[in-house]
Amino acid sequence: MKKLIAASLVALSLGVSGLASAEPIKVGMITTLSGGGAGLGIDVRDGFMLALKKAGNSEIEVVIEDDGQKPELAVQIADKMIQSDQVDILTGIIWSNLAMAVVPSAVAQGKFYLSPNAGPSALAGAQCHENYFNVAWQNDNLHEAMGQYANQDYKKTFIMAPNYPAGTDALTGFKRFYKGELAGEIYTQIGQTDYAAEIAQIRASGADSVFFFLPGGMGIAFMKQYAQSDVGIPIMGPGFSLSQDILAAVGDAALGVKNSSQWSKDIDNEANKAFVAAFQAEYGRLPSLYASQGYDTANLILSAAAKASVKDTDAFRAALKKADFESVRGDFEFGNNNHPIQTIYVREVIKENGGLTNKIIGTAFEKHQDAYAADCAMK
Amino acid sequence: MQTALFIEQVLNGLQLGVMLFLMAAGLTLIFGVMGLINLAHGSLYMVGAFACATVAAATGSFWLGLAASLAAAAAAGAIIEILVIRRLYERDHLDQVLATFALILIFSEGTRWLFGSFPLYLDIPPLLRGTVPIPGGSRYQLYRLAIIGVGIAVAVGLFLLISKTRLGMRIRAGESDREMIGALGVDIRTLYTVVFALGAGLAGLAGALVGALQSVQVGMGEPVLILAFVVIVIGGIGSIKGALVGALLVGLVDTMGRFLLPQLFSLLMTPSQAGLVGGALASMLIYIVMAAILAVRPQGLFAARG
Repeated sequence: MKKLIAASLVALSLGVSGLASAEPIKVGMITTLSGGGAGLGIDVRDGFMLALKKAGNSEIEVVIEDDGQKPELAVQIADKMIQSDQVDILTGIIWSNLAMAVVPSAVAQGKFYLSPNAGPSALAGAQCHENYFNVAWQNDNLHEAMGQYANQDYKKTFIMAPNYPAGTDALTGFKRFYKGELAGEIYTQIGQTDYAAEIAQIRASGADSVFFFLPGGMGIAFMKQYAQSDVGIPIMGPGFSLSQDILAAVGDAALGVKNSSQWSKDIDNEANKAFVAAFQAEYGRLPSLYASQGYDTANLILSAAAKASVKDTDAFRAALKKADFESVRGDFEFGNNNHPIQTIYVREVIKENGGLTNKIIGTAFEKHQDAYAADCAMK
Repeated sequence: MQTALFIEQVLNGLQLGVMLFLMAAGLTLIFGVMGLINLAHGSLYMVGAFACATVAAATGSFWLGLAASLAAAAAAGAIIEILVIRRLYERDHLDQVLATFALILIFSEGTRWLFGSFPLYLDIPPLLRGTVPIPGGSRYQLYRLAIIGVGIAVAVGLFLLISKTRLGMRIRAGESDREMIGALGVDIRTLYTVVFALGAGLAGLAGALVGALQSVQVGMGEPVLILAFVVIVIGGIGSIKGALVGALLVGLVDTMGRFLLPQLFSLLMTPSQAGLVGGALASMLIYIVMAAILAVRPQGLFAARG
């Protein structure tokens, strides 16, 4: 199922400034549009397309394909996009195991890869690459923030994540800043939907809190079953476990749960207000952090395209690195390893206008950089 | 611990097993009677869950939703049997796999078109909310106990249906010689539709029951389908008894593996490594068990036909 979408409808006026490059850009988006992880990919895609539409840019053409959350499929699609579609930039991958399968070979072939979601530690450290830019976060970041935050209230936390690169990064990140004792550490299967066995272990562990990283359908299943089991131990997670795309399906079980994110609907800046309003008007739902990442990724490409032609790789790369765009999360800059240096907030799930959403209650880190930047040879 | 935790995990294993039985019973019945490999069985599970979530959201009653899930899945089963499956009985298994795989895609895209890609909300009914004390001092979720109850009731019901009723007699006859019972004047076409709808209804019921625990979303049926195939291969294709034993075995092995293997490895390495290695091995465990059983009994534990 191939969708070829002309990126924007009409350039609004001839007077649009900054379109220095007449060179069209072809972007290949490989993302997850089916299965239990589809909500994430759809939000990234919708955020990305919204940014292009708002900019009224007709020079960027986007080819979108569904990877079905399967690494082998993602590799095939990437090969096809590079060889027959001749894309200049690849983006879109949600899952770190897919990113590990696609990104190293794509950047080695001279393509740019801009990650709107996955940020595996391997690609931030020794395997960093000048053509790989992460517009979201390094995987550990949000979990580090929750580890830091947990020190306030908890002494004995039970931690849990799926067994794949982002899952191990998650628990590593949490442990890097958490000073208390661990009541247990479990790796679940990716895509798992029944957590009865894990919940029984949590109940028996004597923990005073639970930290869980389970994005998409996994988080919905866990949260519901946990609430239904009357365990009563407070839970917390990264923003992925409590993002806007899953809150409606989790229901009131999510109320009051603390989570960390680099973005939230209520961050007070003009770019974010415009984004949230436009997203709601376009798609009839609230954006998630994934949508904000897709939106920022597209705006980063637009900002670079205004400065340099994508065919002039060195100039385009330098333009990307400047990150000269209005990020919806506020201040944004790239570190030496092309990963963001940014603020990470702590949020709480609240009820608003009859629906569930997140509200910022504090800041875990300001100008936070990932722990692997020093291992990267780039300056 | 650890008795309480152990008992709780055994119950979890039974509950997973019973769920798999609801899926596997239909799958194995359809294979046993019609010789058909139905990959779209997971889609019928999804249809049941969506019907339950939709009706429960509209009426506020989980029970109406549950009835709707049975009806919708059985109806969907009957319709695809008449429109598509009926043409496949004489074909070889590869054609059946291709056609029913196409049905998965049609059901998934159709559901996405109707309901969107974001998961639906379905909660357990107020009557079954909460937990009950279990031996050892822990507590267990009432709803999961109810699922075990439903599974046992379905197993007993299927046993009675197949061994005591006229329909059951025809099903058994159809399994052993389908040309002959056709020649004896039994309306084999209707029988097939009824069996298919029965299997579909059970899958829909399983989808609705599990939908309240997990998330109701497009593609939810495929992971369960894979486990259900493991179950019927272990149990012996075509055998209801095999499906029951296989399902309980898979449920218990999977749950206990996830629980015990990381603990076992933690005797040898750090908890974090033990979690990774144990978790990885636990996810392979049922396939290892399946391979071991097939090595000893290639036809499965209770093969219905050679």
